[in-house]
Amino acid sequence: MRIGVITFPGSLDDVDAARAVRLAGGEPVALWHADHDLQDVDAVVLPGGFSYGDYLRAGAIAARAPLMREVVDRASQGLPVLGICNGFQVLCEAGLLPGALTRNSHLHFRNRDQGLLVERADTAWTSSFAAGQRITVPVKNGEGRYVAAPAELDRLEGEGRVVVRYADGNPNGSSRDIAGVCSEDGRVVGLMPHPEHAVEDLTGPGTDGLGFFTSVLSALVVAA
Amino acid sequence: MVVDVVLKPEISDPQGQAVLGALGRLGHGGVRSVRQGKHFVLEVDGDPDEAELRQIAETLLANPVIEDVELHLPTD
Repeated sequence: MRIGVITFPGSLDDVDAARAVRLAGGEPVALWHADHDLQDVDAVVLPGGFSYGDYLRAGAIAARAPLMREVVDRASQGLPVLGICNGFQVLCEAGLLPGALTRNSHLHFRNRDQGLLVERADTAWTSSFAAGQRITVPVKNGEGRYVAAPAELDRLEGEGRVVVRYADGNPNGSSRDIAGVCSEDGRVVGLMPHPEHAVEDLTGPGTDGLGFFTSVLSALVVAA
Repeated sequence: MVVDVVLKPEISDPQGQAVLGALGRLGHGGVRSVRQGKHFVLEVDGDPDEAELRQIAETLLANPVIEDVELHLPTD
């Protein structure tokens, strides 16, 4: 299975994301934001970093990159897309996911291992987990506070669109401890924490993050 | 054209609150609230097309999910 990882100017975690794909058993495919070709990948990961220096708003300029038009197009046909941190911000700015990510309420950059509660274990990116499972992956952001209008938050909760929630303290003031959300069809998932940094015991707090990448591989096998 | 972008009233603004805190420490206790925003100045060739400028403001300069936008077109 070919999993594309898009590099934008200012992406930082594209190499780690590609490595996570490889460790999960997939074939990572490097994609460049200015291209128009998704190279027939089976799924796409938008990695963390500071695309365009977070100028204007985090993820705003990257969301208008040429390749993102293809991503939006293919996502409407069911292409699985995972946005991590800056990638989550890009997906919200591109309109693929609801809400927005804003400056942390305490104004500090927060970098730590973070407990998460998996609430949806039936999305393309979380099927390797069990609903209610508690996992630990690193979080590192300065603009990770998830916000949306209260009525929109009620709607998202009602539709079960919250995929992961912060479990041992809210690192950024996100509304209702929301760490990640998904599209209506559960194929597009965005989260602020970094599962690609928790794929080996040697380099992370454990291997809980690997589940996001094995999930999409099994989702693709089922589809094929 | 000038475009001002501010967070919607229901979205909390920690940057504005930090400025408010500093003002209090500097003895300006009379300031009740600070909202921090962005100010864009656009220069265009020829007569400005208001519809196009509005589109620019509402689709790129501001994120309508969290921000309100105010356009100021040159009047003369």
